[in-house]
Amino acid sequence: MSIWEYANPKKFMQTSAVVVPWVAGFAGLCLVTGLVWGFFLTPDDYKQGSTVKILFVHVPTAMMAINAWIMMLVASLIWLVRRHHVSALAARAAAPVGLVFTMIALVTGAFWGQPMWGTWWAWDPRLTSFLILALFYLGYIALWSAVEDADTAADLTAVLCMVGSVFAVLSRYAVQFWNQGLHQGATIMKVGEKDPLDPAYYLPLLVCIAGFIALFVALVLIRTRTEIRARRLQSLLARERAAG
Amino acid sequence: MMPELGKYAFAVLSSYGAALVLLAGLVGLTLWQGRRMKRQLDAAEARLKESSNG
Repeated sequence: MSIWEYANPKKFMQTSAVVVPWVAGFAGLCLVTGLVWGFFLTPDDYKQGSTVKILFVHVPTAMMAINAWIMMLVASLIWLVRRHHVSALAARAAAPVGLVFTMIALVTGAFWGQPMWGTWWAWDPRLTSFLILALFYLGYIALWSAVEDADTAADLTAVLCMVGSVFAVLSRYAVQFWNQGLHQGATIMKVGEKDPLDPAYYLPLLVCIAGFIALFVALVLIRTRTEIRARRLQSLLARERAAG
Repeated sequence: MMPELGKYAFAVLSSYGAALVLLAGLVGLTLWQGRRMKRQLDAAEARLKESSNG
């Protein structure tokens, strides 16, 4: 068995029909557990007070905003190299999900930043690179819609995706690259190091991250199924028109 | 049993509210588009089958 079997739309539809309910159920379970745990059962932080509860929405969505673009990059490269339509459609399907996650990260970051930094927005390296990433998502979605020929659209958006990957990586490592601005560095991987994230926050955060990853996978699978059906519908309508 | 959010209640509740609204919109739109496309495809396939039989 090879992973390339799933490049066959029929095989993809059969397998995803079985997988989606399980992934969606797991996402729902993790998100409800993680968010209820994080919102109701975690203590206030000694510095940030109750705003620390924003962590459970902000961090997973910011992580997934970047990872969604990386997934789109991998799918786009598969399209460019192997010309599998399902991978191009999966990249297209992931873009609106990534955009919404980016918007959630930006909005919750603004609500968190106002009481902690005294401002809703700053032209900080991480914030700015995230805003540019959001604009790349919008451009990517617009480009897919603007080009009529599906294969040309897939080619052009794949190139745009490669360019945007620079900002996806920058938004992840901006704090380290420039070492300035208001946004703090990542604390989630500091287990066993100096000043780690307390387990009271760490554990519900892990559950939320698992939930948002599963939600992303479920939504991308559902949206890819919709894209495959749309492609099939287009070819049937073209056949009907040709038949007169 | 609402937790005591103190002076940061607006920031915390607005964050969760905005996130839940955006997520609900995304999930709702995804499901609605999926069902609509399936209906349209089923109808087109039925038409095609009908025309090839008749």
